[in-house]
Amino acid sequence: MLLELDNLCVSYATRAGPVHAVEGVRLSIGEDEVLGLAGESGCGKTTLIKSLLRLLPKGARVDATRMMFKDADILTMGDRDFRRRIMWNEMSLVPQSAQASLNPVYRVGDQVIEAIREHVDMSISAARARVEELFDLVGLEPRLITAYPHEFSGGMRQRAMIAMALALDPALVIMDEPTTGLDVLVQERIIRKIRELREKSHHSILLITHDISVIAEMSDRIAIMYAGQIMEVAPAIALFEEPVHPYTLGLKNAFPSIKQIGKPLISIPGSPPSLLGGVDGCPFAPRCPFAVEVCRKERPPLKEIAPGHVAACHRSDEAPHMRNQASEKETWQFSKSVA
Amino acid sequence: MAVLEVRGLTRHFEVRPGLLARLVGQGQQQVIKAVEDISFSIGEGEILGLAGESGCGKSTTCLLITRLLEPSSGEILFKGVPINSLEGEDLKTFRRKVQIIFQDPYESLNPRFTVFDLIAEGPRALGLWDVRETEERVLAMLASVGLTPQEYRARYPHEMSGGERQRVGIASALVMEPELVVADEPLSMLDVSIRADILDLLRGLSSRLGFSCLYVSHDLAILSNIADRLMVMYLGMVAEIGSIEDVIADPQHPYTNALVEAVPAPDPRYRRPVPKIHGDIARPIDPPPGCRFAPRCPHAIDICRKDPLPALMETENHHLTACHRVGDLT
Repeated sequence: MLLELDNLCVSYATRAGPVHAVEGVRLSIGEDEVLGLAGESGCGKTTLIKSLLRLLPKGARVDATRMMFKDADILTMGDRDFRRRIMWNEMSLVPQSAQASLNPVYRVGDQVIEAIREHVDMSISAARARVEELFDLVGLEPRLITAYPHEFSGGMRQRAMIAMALALDPALVIMDEPTTGLDVLVQERIIRKIRELREKSHHSILLITHDISVIAEMSDRIAIMYAGQIMEVAPAIALFEEPVHPYTLGLKNAFPSIKQIGKPLISIPGSPPSLLGGVDGCPFAPRCPFAVEVCRKERPPLKEIAPGHVAACHRSDEAPHMRNQASEKETWQFSKSVA
Repeated sequence: MAVLEVRGLTRHFEVRPGLLARLVGQGQQQVIKAVEDISFSIGEGEILGLAGESGCGKSTTCLLITRLLEPSSGEILFKGVPINSLEGEDLKTFRRKVQIIFQDPYESLNPRFTVFDLIAEGPRALGLWDVRETEERVLAMLASVGLTPQEYRARYPHEMSGGERQRVGIASALVMEPELVVADEPLSMLDVSIRADILDLLRGLSSRLGFSCLYVSHDLAILSNIADRLMVMYLGMVAEIGSIEDVIADPQHPYTNALVEAVPAPDPRYRRPVPKIHGDIARPIDPPPGCRFAPRCPHAIDICRKDPLPALMETENHHLTACHRVGDLT
């Protein structure tokens, strides 16, 4: 295993009390694997990756029973060690907004050189040679090395960020919404490029997005997150063809597809719970048409459904029945009052 | 009769060169051709989808038909009357009958207004109704967008989720009893799980209240869910218009074809085909002569690179395509 997390919790101290943004997450990523992490805004996916990269603001508290990267314990490792050994060398980030991540007054090439030299001892000329190689790899013309960010289009900036993330050949690249905000033709090209690059260097990817189509297209395995917790993890095909968790069922219903014109979409009623002070029972229970007494009282543990397929639902044994029911619009209109 | 009829609509923006370039006598006036000779209409109760990538002229088109921007040339008829000559009371009526739903419900609602005041602002500004009638209508509108009046009327925007805010945005447009609603990417800031409700709401209200709608989005999957007809724009020109089924299932223009094929599907077994077009969308500054899409088009021939722009031609039942080669490619 490349990355192993067990019972990862992140909370923020606020004036109103602690906010449990990530709660009891168990997740692993293998070598040469793409794990997609999907969830809506506020579900904790960005907090989760920030805790991995130590980018959380002051006042955030990280705790876990296990947080291992290869053989290193990245929970207890000192900051200096982490920066030298892990950050960028082993684990890098393609941030959410490439536009905002490049400094407008420095040449793009110089910014990549700086990132390289911050983490390894390398001469400027060697770093420059590496940048040329990287630009070629991601499909940017060499003349752009000396260009400024405003001369780049949105898709080109995203390629530059990918080049920067790959600079030191990391084992794991974390991509936070890498194609959000790009036009669909540009998005297609970026995704094709990411796939090509992986065929060469076999790095693993933790892909974070709310776009179910992009997750489906890129991931080997998919994890669904809701209110700071993992709801379901499964191989991509199993998650789409035999989903178990009612939240996964609801997300699938709500997503439009160009292949089914006029297919009625079904929303999930209500909105996610406040994470202030933590949630009793299953966090999805108030919006779940299948919730019963126990769901509101006890938090369901992640249970194995099939090899490599886990779900946190008290009623996971009734998955086929729930799948049947969930495709009916009436099922989700169980209570107007939650909306 | 069409609610909105647009004929030969064009809008150019002039870009003045910088001060230094002018002092040394260099730099010419450049022209951004944001919208170039477009024609379309929206029928009564119809939802027309408008698709295209950033920079294709979607937003300029919205501003022109709502008269927030004056055209360089061309005609916009609202219920048969040219909108650019409207004045006084007639202009006020137009402002009431054409409403906009904005993209970002976080930015477009005044944070100091309660929900009630947000929705009542338009009717009050135009002096439509007395105090009692305003209250009745605002509360009824709140109920129609699925917000319990007594619970929501006194709330402020920060006390609501994105979906609730967008419902308030819809209510403040619809309380004016518009005949045409321009919706500019109203779902793009909302979470997937609640988008369907807002789409249903818009579609339901459109058929109940009978307004027409121009629904702008770059997301073909959403458009295929709400629109009756679809118009695709590329760099200021209309590439194709037709019923949603025809355009999505049988695109005639090479650009529409590439756009449709590039839409990802929520299906892990599906792989998008490698697009046949190359390069990036150009900037609309001083575009080359001929079809705007020609530099990226795999089927372009000499005639495509010469002016004028290809005209919209009907291939079959109201399916129009602006491509010189439309006959050769099928």
